Amino acid sequence: MSERKESGDIVKYYLRKIIVAGLVIIVVLWIATPFVISIIYAFSDPDQYFSKEIILPTLYTLEHVHKLFALGAMQAIMNSIMVAVMTIILSFALGLPAGYAFARYVFPGKDSLKLLIVGLRMFPIIIIAVPLVTLYIRLGLNDTLLGVALAHTAMALPFVILITSSIFAGIPKDLEEAGLVFGLTRTEVFLRITLPLALPGLTAAAIFTFIMSWNEVFIASVLTLTNRTLPAFILTSAMAATDFIKFAASFIMILPAMIFVFIARRYLIAMWGITLR
Amino acid sequence: MVDVHLRGIVKRFGKTVAVNGIDLDVNDGEFIVLLGPSGCGKTTTLRIIAGLEKPDAGRVIFGDRDVTYLPPRERNISMVFQSYAVWPHMKVYDNIAFPLKIKKYPREEIDKKVKWAAELLQISELLDRYPHQLSGGQRQRVAVARAIVVEPAVLLMDEPLSNLDALLRVKMRSELKKLQRRIKVTTIYVTHDQVEAMTMGDRIAVMNQGKIMQVGTPEEIYNKPANLFVAGFVGTPQMNFFEATVSLKDDNIVLETQDFTIPLGREFREILADYINKSVIVGIRPEHIYPKTMRPSTLKKASDISGVIDFVEALGSDTIIHVNTGNMIIVVKISGSHRFEIGSPIDLSLDLDKLHIFRKSDEKAIV
Repeated sequence: MSERKESGDIVKYYLRKIIVAGLVIIVVLWIATPFVISIIYAFSDPDQYFSKEIILPTLYTLEHVHKLFALGAMQAIMNSIMVAVMTIILSFALGLPAGYAFARYVFPGKDSLKLLIVGLRMFPIIIIAVPLVTLYIRLGLNDTLLGVALAHTAMALPFVILITSSIFAGIPKDLEEAGLVFGLTRTEVFLRITLPLALPGLTAAAIFTFIMSWNEVFIASVLTLTNRTLPAFILTSAMAATDFIKFAASFIMILPAMIFVFIARRYLIAMWGITLR
Repeated sequence: MVDVHLRGIVKRFGKTVAVNGIDLDVNDGEFIVLLGPSGCGKTTTLRIIAGLEKPDAGRVIFGDRDVTYLPPRERNISMVFQSYAVWPHMKVYDNIAFPLKIKKYPREEIDKKVKWAAELLQISELLDRYPHQLSGGQRQRVAVARAIVVEPAVLLMDEPLSNLDALLRVKMRSELKKLQRRIKVTTIYVTHDQVEAMTMGDRIAVMNQGKIMQVGTPEEIYNKPANLFVAGFVGTPQMNFFEATVSLKDDNIVLETQDFTIPLGREFREILADYINKSVIVGIRPEHIYPKTMRPSTLKKASDISGVIDFVEALGSDTIIHVNTGNMIIVVKISGSHRFEIGSPIDLSLDLDKLHIFRKSDEKAIV
């Protein structure tokens, strides 16, 4: 009797494990399949791609990627990186002090200011696109990378402020006060104690900002003509071409972001392993 | 090494007054404890001495230097935080060396001093570790080592033992006290734990609601509480309090309570002359009341009352008896373990030399 009950428990235990594993597999497939398909077809031989008999191509070629580079993809990648880096620098230069202030100080209007910042995210970018272009033309910022970076900064800033403020709020005030007591000025405390402790979190925020800028296509397309970022470039050139060119385009779109995330992720874990208890 | 003087310190946070006019003199090399319940302003006072808060009024003076408006780094102080505040991104060695590095000591001297402090606190073998690899007690030692390595003029401690487990707390208590004796640094120590205060302090400043209620040696605080608050806050179990009316009977002063009458000797006549036919609050510590059968022969002046045993707490080293005298519960503490039957009658003797009498109006001690 008890033995039978025990075997029932074992079945239940493994059944549960199988169900969990099944759900995990579904989620992973959901995310990974588009990646795998675009990567495979980005390099597939054109004849095999169009053949009705072959699903998984056996012949691979770099031709499509070459073609994209011939159209100016390299320049677009460089532009995208430039814009993303400028966006990170600008949004952190503006967002870090704001985030720190939100985390550490009590001042009148703090809550409504925070709400206003979140509110900025509700603004559909399409609404301001045309006014932005006319403004940029007047300022001479149209078709410049700085112009795109400024627009991306405006999009990323609320996010950077909120994320960094929660990172700074997570650093105990005592650690900063100990710095003050043992001989540092306020600025030195921020640079030598707060910043090193916040670095893992700030890196994560930087990654998100990078990806936000890297993926942004609408503003980049509207504001530039010759200095196109990668998504804008793909939208205007590759999308008019055949399918495998599109897949090749999506591959070079994914690749740098993935490399960036992998490097940053390893760095993140290494640092968090030390700083967290 | 320096003496510390607080003059009329006031600190408000919005509408609440955290510190309400504090004057305190701490002698050079003294270990003074700020004792009080949570929210009494003791930590705020410490933070004002540290320079982490600016007082709204009053002065902080170190020696002959007014430091009220100096930032913490220019006050030559050290602090041990309640949370230890050991920097997680630095190894133990770097944590301890940090204050010296900022003061630009030469490298060999830093090394020598760090090793000296580490040895003093028995953490020499932990110098290469990160704080997250340490236990709470070890982290606390690192915090103390960091605080003493600079040889500060004033050492401030904010409930440094409250996050440790009970056993370790008792051990660190005596170790910290010994350490302070050895390096003779002026120390201001904040705690809500009266046992810590009694065992560690050269003097204790008892605080309540932003004010200092009494400053004195542990013996003075315990034996001669200046007011009702100090009398009630220090000592476990708490002092017994009851209302009584002072009256004159046959030329003798008598305290009349709801349940019993305590005849006082002639010597109280002068002291209580102004209070005849008035109500006062009488206090007596549980250890100054004895069951009549166990009354020590040394007891000179005693008064007997009777009641019924309500509850007994056997602690092993002590036995605490709650006695119902009709309308009041009187708590009695006797040393050693004894058996008492709940519900049985008992006669008690009060040691009249240890009686405290407080004014009802301002709760100040009369006797």
